[in-house]
Amino acid sequence: MALTRRRFIEAAGLGASALGFPAIVRGQSGPIRVGLMTVKTGPLASGGIDMERALVQYLKERNTTMAGRKVDLFVGDSGGVPAQARTKIQELVERDKIQVMIGPLDTASALAADDYIRQAQLLTLSVAAAEDMTQRKPNPWFTRGTSTSSQSAQPLADYCAKTLQYKRMVTIADDIAYGHEMCAGFQRVFEDAGGKIVQKLFSPLTVPDYGTYIAQLKTNVDGIFLGFAGSNGFRFFRQFNEYGLRGKIAVVGGMTAFDEAVLRNMGDEALGIVTSCWYSAEIENAINKRFAANFRVDWGYDPGFYAAATYVEAAVLDATLQALKGNIEDKQAFMKIVRAIKVDTARGPVSFDRYGNVVGSVYIRKVERKDGRLVNRVIHTYPNVSQFWTYKPEEFLKNPVYSRDWPPAKNLES
Amino acid sequence: MQYWIIQTLNSLALGGLLFLLAAGFSLIFGLMRIANLTHGSLYMLGAYVGISVLKYVPNLWLAAIIGGVIMAVFGGLVERLILRPLAGNALGQVLVTLGISFIIADLCLMIWGGDPIPIPTPPALRQPILVGGVTFPTYRLVVLLIAVVTAVLLYLLMDRTRIGAMIRAGVDDMPMARAVGIPVSRLFTAVFCLGAALAGAGGIIGGPIMSAYPGLDADMLPLALIVVMLGGVGSLLGAFVGSFLIGAIYTFGTALFPDLAYVILFLPMIVVIAFRPTGLFGRQSV
Repeated sequence: MALTRRRFIEAAGLGASALGFPAIVRGQSGPIRVGLMTVKTGPLASGGIDMERALVQYLKERNTTMAGRKVDLFVGDSGGVPAQARTKIQELVERDKIQVMIGPLDTASALAADDYIRQAQLLTLSVAAAEDMTQRKPNPWFTRGTSTSSQSAQPLADYCAKTLQYKRMVTIADDIAYGHEMCAGFQRVFEDAGGKIVQKLFSPLTVPDYGTYIAQLKTNVDGIFLGFAGSNGFRFFRQFNEYGLRGKIAVVGGMTAFDEAVLRNMGDEALGIVTSCWYSAEIENAINKRFAANFRVDWGYDPGFYAAATYVEAAVLDATLQALKGNIEDKQAFMKIVRAIKVDTARGPVSFDRYGNVVGSVYIRKVERKDGRLVNRVIHTYPNVSQFWTYKPEEFLKNPVYSRDWPPAKNLES
Repeated sequence: MQYWIIQTLNSLALGGLLFLLAAGFSLIFGLMRIANLTHGSLYMLGAYVGISVLKYVPNLWLAAIIGGVIMAVFGGLVERLILRPLAGNALGQVLVTLGISFIIADLCLMIWGGDPIPIPTPPALRQPILVGGVTFPTYRLVVLLIAVVTAVLLYLLMDRTRIGAMIRAGVDDMPMARAVGIPVSRLFTAVFCLGAALAGAGGIIGGPIMSAYPGLDADMLPLALIVVMLGGVGSLLGAFVGSFLIGAIYTFGTALFPDLAYVILFLPMIVVIAFRPTGLFGRQSV
């Protein structure tokens, strides 16, 4: 305890001095120290390892230089345990003296580190989707270049209601904040567009068997929305097929349900599934074509959500540093610029709102076979999607945060 | 009505899978007096080994047997080389099994990667079965059948053979078993091999339902613990009844009270332990 307190005071002092006299305390010619807070062990490791691979690739393509300064990369592994994430971030800041952090990967870790990020005034470019970190309790040092939980689900709901003409739908998701927020956003937009969510199911994150849930599914609906993360969507969908439901109920999925990482272990049963995400390895722009091709050469598979996430965050960091002429020591200026900047990235052009969250394209994708492998082909693009969808931010923020119970589901049938 | 039939079948299939997992756990726990915390990892490792075996032997049942044998050898090595030197130090042994489970988890991640890998259902069993207007996955019924057959075989082993009698003697009264000349230490190895083989084969047979993914170990271990706590340590009958009880409680509990999905498994365990600390069929060991 004494040690951590002392180290904290040291770090705070260092932070303060760096803030006060950036030009004197540190030269601007030394390397920029970038921390990547990821997960390389445990259930979330698949995505976490992709995060590191893509970031290393980004740096390699640029001769490990950003804005004329060398970049030193430090990688922390939390194992997906929030308490450990907080400790590792502290270690990255105090021992490795990182100046900016990319990560953490998961919502729970981001929430666990929220206080510390504020204390240490750590410049953070995150992947974690927790809504309120850029809504009702915005962290001034936190920026997200990917998507809030519901940011990609809301356009999909619009697509289901207006283009696919679905009227009645079921949602199922993991029983964690990410799943709740995603389904809530989906429900709100779908019902505002005239649809009805007639059944909402949440299964525990570590459910051994989805049979119980599948047996409950209403079959007199137009489609089911899957809000799963990690390997759960994959497992649910296999069991869904096992029960002979494929073809009887149309399946649409959120941004992590049929990620490229999952597709490479799937077969023809996945063909035709519609999902939405802020990224697809199939996006047609020069940056992404180069990124996806290089990634495929190095690792033998398509980049997905997590790989693209760090590649996009790195581009945002790079552009911000260019605008600052490499002066990362001026933290206030960094945050001001990062929230005002417009950057072309692998996911398309992005900018940020005043809460630190990204505004960018969201893609509606369909699983198809191409060159023998399954890909998420883009079939429709929603440009400039904000976390507030088409709602007014002020009114959106007056509502409680998306949850299991808000907005209330009025059309449930028992 | 259909709904209840499907959920009943669901609960039976899950119970069958749980039995494959919990039978070995119960025997090891009963005989060696340690909670083998690698058991979930053995299940997961079995599933991954099965995936590799299936590349050479494209038959699930054969793969399950080969995988089971490989896991038996692995279990034997763990018992001989790691647990044996800690004999008499139960706490140390439990901690070591926990440590091994971490090592296995990371090894699997290194070898097979972090993405979920499916184990294909045998082609003949892929079509769901239609009974009286109810569609149900055929494979799940086969799993149930395998579990029942396994239970009968294990019963015969425990009840009708010499080695079974020795194991029962060891579970009931260890010092006396030693005193009458039963080679208890060799028995430990045998039971550990058997438990590992059952868990590994269970992982492969359960594969078409659950797939193999990092974290499968942590998903399965608590289930094995609950089943054995409920049924009684070291009792085969306990593991059998416990498995189907938990299968039913889990299935109907989450269907009827979805908001209680997390506690539903632990409530009955707490009640049973409060009134019968040795579990439903466990006996006070001496």
